[in-house]
Amino acid sequence: MIDIIATLQGAITLATPLLLAAIGETVSQKSGVVNVGIEGMMLMGAFSAVLAITILPNLAMGIAVAGLAGGLLALLFAVFAVRLSANQVVVGVVMNLLALGITGTLYRARFGETGTFVKTPILPSLLFGQNILTWFALISVPLLWLWLYKTRSGLAVRACGEQPIAAEASGANVLRLRTLCVVFGGVMAGLAGASLSVGTAGTFIENMTAGRGFIALAIVTSGRWSALGCLIAALVFGGVEQLQFIGQAQGWRLPYQLFLALPYVVTLALLMLGGKTGQAPAFLGRPYRRA
Amino acid sequence: MSDTNLPNAPTPLITLLRALAKGVTYSVGLTVLLVLTFLALRVPPMEGLAKIWEGAIGSKDDGYWYPLTETLLKAIPLTLTGLSVVVAWRAGLFSIGAEGQLTIGIVVATSIAKLGAHLPGTLLAIFMLIGAMSSGALWGLLAAWLRIRRNVQEVISTIMLNYIALQILAWAVEGPLQEATHVKPQSDPLPTAALLPRILPMSLTDGIQTRLHLGVVFAVIAVIMVTIYLFRTPGGFALRLIGQNPEAAKLARLNADSIRLKAMALSGALCGLAGAIELMGVTGTLYRDFSPGWGYTAIPVALLGGLHPVGAAFSALFFGGLTSGTSNLARFTKGVSSVLVYVIQGAAVLAVVGARAWKNRKAGTEVD
Repeated sequence: MIDIIATLQGAITLATPLLLAAIGETVSQKSGVVNVGIEGMMLMGAFSAVLAITILPNLAMGIAVAGLAGGLLALLFAVFAVRLSANQVVVGVVMNLLALGITGTLYRARFGETGTFVKTPILPSLLFGQNILTWFALISVPLLWLWLYKTRSGLAVRACGEQPIAAEASGANVLRLRTLCVVFGGVMAGLAGASLSVGTAGTFIENMTAGRGFIALAIVTSGRWSALGCLIAALVFGGVEQLQFIGQAQGWRLPYQLFLALPYVVTLALLMLGGKTGQAPAFLGRPYRRA
Repeated sequence: MSDTNLPNAPTPLITLLRALAKGVTYSVGLTVLLVLTFLALRVPPMEGLAKIWEGAIGSKDDGYWYPLTETLLKAIPLTLTGLSVVVAWRAGLFSIGAEGQLTIGIVVATSIAKLGAHLPGTLLAIFMLIGAMSSGALWGLLAAWLRIRRNVQEVISTIMLNYIALQILAWAVEGPLQEATHVKPQSDPLPTAALLPRILPMSLTDGIQTRLHLGVVFAVIAVIMVTIYLFRTPGGFALRLIGQNPEAAKLARLNADSIRLKAMALSGALCGLAGAIELMGVTGTLYRDFSPGWGYTAIPVALLGGLHPVGAAFSALFFGGLTSGTSNLARFTKGVSSVLVYVIQGAAVLAVVGARAWKNRKAGTEVD
């Protein structure tokens, strides 16, 4: 028998990094900026959490450092993609390469060659077997909705993505708001990374994000830029990743690579089905320049 | 920059001179970058630079033939994947799919080798090359189709297709393509007759055995052909117009969909070729994690080359040298590893992208 409750709990655990990153990216995209560099920001978060914990034996500080690292890389992204109006996709891709290099170099410099295993403590679970990052991710879903749709600053952010010229005319500072949103997205991606490394794995492996940042991007799109949509899509992916463990437990005679490939196949399928981008912010991906 | 705003064709000589001038500028800039990174990692800069130089170019004591040919060897797949990125990005498709297209290409090429082991070597080699190119093209077309028909952004779809391709490779070398004893995750060695011959006789290279193979000729031909296609044919003009000014392309009644499909097919075919050449010229067997990220390095290669085929070839050479240089450095210096290359690449591309954006910050066009 499949233990339904354990399966659900596992799915929520696996969905956590995706949800955290997707919520951050939703804010960034609502302001009009596509940040494909969140993959790299997650990786930075995952690594710096582990690095910080080996230096300061305090999990909370590890998580804070992870958020900081993600936010810093996002700030670098914003300098180029927001302030200098460089192509957002190009800068995002470069951020990913940069993060791969920085984490790989520092990992080997600090812990030795690839394959050296670093063990860190794992975040303790609070309620229902879920750690603080998972609860934070779940709570941030309604908070995001409230902020975006019920506050003035949320409205200003949405205006930056829909009508930046009008937003600027009505007194908003588009470049500053976009920068802040991107940095927020980076901090969330950093936390997402921490939830991978110190949240569940208790270690860091080079390129351990393995495309999860891009899956988070797909979650934002297929969740139609809404907080609830992100939650649902993230849970779907958590469930798909969970299938691998169910398959093992049930002794399904299928190649394990199939399960490893499944999240990526499902991403494509979801994006295919939700092909219309009617709900996308009108100025998504387009740089804003002051006249 | 005027040459990126209008799709006009600069003369080959000017293009070459420009690329050379850029190469010199970049080399100086990258040396500075390297020194800074060394200082950050507490490696004596002069010693570090010397190790990189010896690994990439050579030294009096150990000779120049081997390191130089190794640099060329590493530049071959990078040139081809770099060309692939040039083609796709020039068409306005920000594909990151080179890695997956290459991977599918080598799986298909190895399958063909297994099925056609009885064929004469040259014929088999031709089939393998064609098979790798067409399967790479199909993998690229999949992303183009998703974009055109289903409005799926190629940035995401190509990454997903990369990971799917990697799992297909992992499955193939533990399944249908696994070596006869079924122990290691790799294929049997390819038939020797189907391998690409080495082109430098030892009498020429002071008796040193080099690994440079026929693939280098293919890479040069590919650079020339892509250059001609992009800058000297109506098809190439249309491709660049779609990428730079989709509105104008619409006014000119160009069929954007078919141009994008063509661009992604060509882009994928180049990656398939890159993989097949590496398989048939260097490794001779297929195994897990075959590519050390050529498909991803292709992006900095193409960007540093100014999204120009000739520029991409030069920057591939540069990165080829940097790769053999840093692995030489890693052998002698503790705490420095070959991933250092990524930092250098990322920082270098950032500098180029930033410089261009800075130059165009007042202009109304989006820059890449």
